[in-house]
Amino acid sequence: MSKALLYDSTICIGCKQCESACAQQNKLPYDDKVAAEPVQSAHKFTVVLTKDDKFMRRICMHCEHPACASVCPVGAMHKTKEGPVVYDVWKCIGCRYCMVACAFAQPKYEWQSLNPRIRKCIMCPDRVVAGKQTACAEICPTGATKFGERDDLIKEARDRIRQNPANYVPRIYGLNEVGGTSVLILSSMNVEEYGYPASAKIGDTPIPEYTGRVMEKVPDFIPVWTLVLGGIYWVSHRRQEVAAAEAEEKKNGSAT
Amino acid sequence: MKFKLTFWRVVFIVIMGLGLYSTLIRFFYGLGAVSNMSDQFPWGLWIGFDLLCGVMLAAGGFCIVGAVYLFNVERLHSVVRPAVLTAFLGYCLFIVGLLFDLGRPWYIWHQLIYMNPHSVMFEVGICVMSYTTVLFFEFLPNVFERFNLKTPIKWIQKIYPVLIILGILLSTLHQSSLGALYLIMPSKLHPFWYTPALPFLFFGSAIAVGLAMTIFESTQSAKAFGRHLELPVLVELGGALLVALWVNALLRFEDYFHRGLLGQIVKPSYEAYFLWLELTLAFVIPITLLSFKKVRLSPGGLYLASVCTVLGFITNRLNVSVIGFETYAGHHYLPKWTEFSVTLMIVAAGFALFGLAVKYLPIFPEVRVPVKPRLRSETGPAVSTPVLGHAGD
Repeated sequence: MSKALLYDSTICIGCKQCESACAQQNKLPYDDKVAAEPVQSAHKFTVVLTKDDKFMRRICMHCEHPACASVCPVGAMHKTKEGPVVYDVWKCIGCRYCMVACAFAQPKYEWQSLNPRIRKCIMCPDRVVAGKQTACAEICPTGATKFGERDDLIKEARDRIRQNPANYVPRIYGLNEVGGTSVLILSSMNVEEYGYPASAKIGDTPIPEYTGRVMEKVPDFIPVWTLVLGGIYWVSHRRQEVAAAEAEEKKNGSAT
Repeated sequence: MKFKLTFWRVVFIVIMGLGLYSTLIRFFYGLGAVSNMSDQFPWGLWIGFDLLCGVMLAAGGFCIVGAVYLFNVERLHSVVRPAVLTAFLGYCLFIVGLLFDLGRPWYIWHQLIYMNPHSVMFEVGICVMSYTTVLFFEFLPNVFERFNLKTPIKWIQKIYPVLIILGILLSTLHQSSLGALYLIMPSKLHPFWYTPALPFLFFGSAIAVGLAMTIFESTQSAKAFGRHLELPVLVELGGALLVALWVNALLRFEDYFHRGLLGQIVKPSYEAYFLWLELTLAFVIPITLLSFKKVRLSPGGLYLASVCTVLGFITNRLNVSVIGFETYAGHHYLPKWTEFSVTLMIVAAGFALFGLAVKYLPIFPEVRVPVKPRLRSETGPAVSTPVLGHAGD
């Protein structure tokens, strides 16, 4: 069973305590200036966005089938069995393929650094393994960000929609998107308005499948193509040999 | 030998100077200082041009080697060495380019120990490393010959069939995989360029560009090194290029047809302008030109057609890697001048090394006499080759 976060924007009061708890947990600087930044970055893994009087949190979705992990040439990203998608900085070569691959544009880069790292929310893996909640869920005063088993949270999200249908857009964002994510979002507005990619656009197919379909053919392709190339080589050179031998024979024949 | 300052040498020195400055910025102040890449645009000119175009432009190596050694097209024998040289230099320089682009290039060897077989990038990396090694061995006989070492040439000749087959296998894999890299971003790349057929399109265009580049560099080196132009070889390549372009054009048409985009691509839009530019340069002009027998038999016509093809597919690669992302990213990406200067430096180094190799190695076996001095008025479209031809003086 894997852990997940349920974020319900209708309960969120926009206090940004999750931002500061996240910064503290990940040893990032946090002051009024950072708090005012309306975008995620290498020093701000989560952001609470405000639109009119409504709020929306953005955070790494921790996909069930993470594209970032599948594309990393050195396997610096991986999904743990508890749910978090984590990053092993010592493996990273800095190719930034994870950044281009992520449908939610979550991995950010330390552009100014001479030994840059990819930065993103890693869902407090140490705390999760120790059986604790993530820092953001623990500090949330209203329970807008809730930590728990993914299946339980899905059930709870469905109940909330059922009990209060007027309050919600009737869907759980992250339930099936790109094959499901470990962050689930409930909202009274379409999450697309806050910069999340549209469900229709990203689809329900796990992103790694798009390259997987090609990559899975490689092991078969190599021997087949080698045989074909070798065959062509053999045939064309055999032809040459035969032609040479025939010419030789002719020469000998005409000589006698 | 006396060093004379010619116009093209000054250009070369300026390019190298600016490139060196940018290199210092890159390695002392980081990627953010040297480039306009950002969290919204993580891949810029260095991936789009140095990686995608660099590898594509070096495709002549495997095309010509395949034609000559696999299909026994003996008539093309004289272009094998320059094609292999171009490919070898191209891959070496592309690896240099990669060291600029990677954030932590000192860990590039991690590819060999932390392998992720699901990653297309991993496959490209391994193939490029292996293919560069193969090219090194294909290139070595030039050096052995230069120093009259007969035994090692024999060794290479023994393993040559393996080198050839391995080289073509690796090229097939990574040329197509460069297209497959972009399959992971269905929601980001513009539909004009995102297609499940990307690996096929990249491989197909690599062959067309490989042929075009061989025509281009044969003509160019004939001018620069005072060789006589082997027109029959170029005519042969031109014919093959025409076929390759038709195949590519049909693939593209099929792809747009099946995805129902034919209506959209004719409607004016930001992306459509770039697509039109690409299609005109890559297909319309060269196919029209090469369809006339008179053009196909003239050095100038062949040269023009091949230059158009190369520019067209460069546009294609930049469309896939840059233009196709602008709508998603929500802003335009224009490389910083320092990004351009690093790329220019690498290209110029390529020309210079090519010139040096031709001068000191038996690349063109018939060029044994010292390069004869060239007239200033001859330069014309020869761009930087002349300088570089003399770069080693």
